[in-house]
Amino acid sequence: MSKKMIEIRWHGRGGQGAKTAALLFAETILATGKYIQAFPEYGPERMGAPVQSFNRISEEPIMIHCGVVNPDYVVILDPSLMNSVSVTGGVNENGKIIVNTSFTSSDIAKKLGILVKQVHVVNASQIAIETIGRNIPNTPMLGALVKVIGTLDINEVLNNIKNKLTTKFRHKPDVIEGNISSIKRAFEEVVS
Amino acid sequence: MIKTIYSNGKIIAKTGNEIVAEAMRQIEPDVVAAYPITPATEIVQIFSQFVADGIVKSEYVAVESEHSAMSATIAASAAGARSMTATSSQGLSLMWEMLYIASGLRLPVVMAEVNRALSAPINIHCDQSDTMGARDAGWIQIYSENSQEAYDNMIQAVKIAENAKLPVLVTMDGFIISHCMEVVEVYPDFDVKRFIGEYKPDRYLLDVKNPYTLGAIDLHDYYFEHRYQIAEAMKNARDTILNVANDFEKKFGRKYDLYEKYMLDDAEIAIVIIGSAAGTSKIAVKRLREKGIKAGLLKIRVYRPFPSEQIVMDLKHIKVVAVLDRADSCSGAFSPIYSDIAASLCSTGIICPKIVNYVYGLGGREIDVEHILSIYEKLKKIVLGIEKPSNKVEYINVRI
Repeated sequence: MSKKMIEIRWHGRGGQGAKTAALLFAETILATGKYIQAFPEYGPERMGAPVQSFNRISEEPIMIHCGVVNPDYVVILDPSLMNSVSVTGGVNENGKIIVNTSFTSSDIAKKLGILVKQVHVVNASQIAIETIGRNIPNTPMLGALVKVIGTLDINEVLNNIKNKLTTKFRHKPDVIEGNISSIKRAFEEVVS
Repeated sequence: MIKTIYSNGKIIAKTGNEIVAEAMRQIEPDVVAAYPITPATEIVQIFSQFVADGIVKSEYVAVESEHSAMSATIAASAAGARSMTATSSQGLSLMWEMLYIASGLRLPVVMAEVNRALSAPINIHCDQSDTMGARDAGWIQIYSENSQEAYDNMIQAVKIAENAKLPVLVTMDGFIISHCMEVVEVYPDFDVKRFIGEYKPDRYLLDVKNPYTLGAIDLHDYYFEHRYQIAEAMKNARDTILNVANDFEKKFGRKYDLYEKYMLDDAEIAIVIIGSAAGTSKIAVKRLREKGIKAGLLKIRVYRPFPSEQIVMDLKHIKVVAVLDRADSCSGAFSPIYSDIAASLCSTGIICPKIVNYVYGLGGREIDVEHILSIYEKLKKIVLGIEKPSNKVEYINVRI
């Protein structure tokens, strides 16, 4: 694994869009000219069951085809997963965790037993309700992830996602606008 | 920045299943008959949508089982149609008796196969027991490391089948590739269609002006000769596959062979592997090379026909070779690829490398870079004489 490769793990519950987020993120990043991978972990396919999905991003072709063991970034769509799933598994001290929560990063760091500088928080559920009209935190979390990674251009990402959503929801312009502003807001509101 | 290899190529992100369906859309066979099964379901789901939306002119036959899927595909092919199907695991098992009929009747059927473990115990994840079990069915078998290869192999399979007059199955690893979104370069529809050309069978049952009998009883007078012809056709298919690969490279720029050598020419230790784990293993080889260890890899692309003479020439200088199988023959002896490699090496009478057999990844069990490195570590010890090569199947990442 080349050092330049970024590995991401998404934690969500069945139905929250962890897989969709990983796929959408990969497609968006591909449009910036990088190599990508996105894949879900297939377990019990039940609404509400803990699920994971993964991304790899690299400047070079990605040959590796095994699970992500040491993620650089962990995105948690549902904060209740922190009670039941080892969300910090394989995360080293440079790894970063982004949580959809109304608590502060020091609260979360204490709960997970990791350094405060590793934790980033954003109230993605609140943002989703206010912008999209429903509690679907996966799209705003994309914005938070772009901010925390730091090397990706948010405007480029927004344009690519807009193009993507325009093809998918051409009959529902509200959906497109809501999703785009949710990403923008989470990008601005995520804090460490 | 990602660049296309072919001047008119386009870079897209697709899962393995999506890209195989895309290849089928471009090939636009006359008939597709299929029954959905995890993890290959999406291939026919997406393709049947193309049919429903009028994007392709293909006839889609929704059958009630895989046995019927293969039967309908065979019938369509015998009638003179370019015909395809897709399946996985238990689905391939249910096709069993019809597989031999497709090859025995010398019909150029093409099948997309997604590798998945066989029941029991029931499991939906990847191993190659399904297609390895079908290795004696007279089908050409082409394995894909990633989505790009699955796409390119599907396009080439049509020409190979029609030239070799043998059925071809193209595989990719279940979930690991079928459900993994990655970067694929696709070619324009027109170029793909022109590459595969129009299907003009020498003879076909619906050609009423030239009637002939197909599938008649064949007893001790001619059966043996006909089976010999199938075996010969399989042997000769090597040249067909290489010719198609050559044309493909000339047109689209991607080079394919019967197998791929990765840092093998000056290697002292090497592994032979097939499918998606080859990519993971290349990372291990790269890391070992950075430390000055002469590790190499041979990835089999075409498993049937088995490129035995060629492989021997490329392995004979290696000191110790590990052959990795993602299928266990339960033979009480060795697993499929190992048996083929061992027989090939032995048949030449030249001094062979020491070879060891590993079985890995059954039912989707993880195989990562560390597991592969541990095998190379073992090979190093055998080279140094610290350890002796095992004379039985060794298992990786299993609780024994």
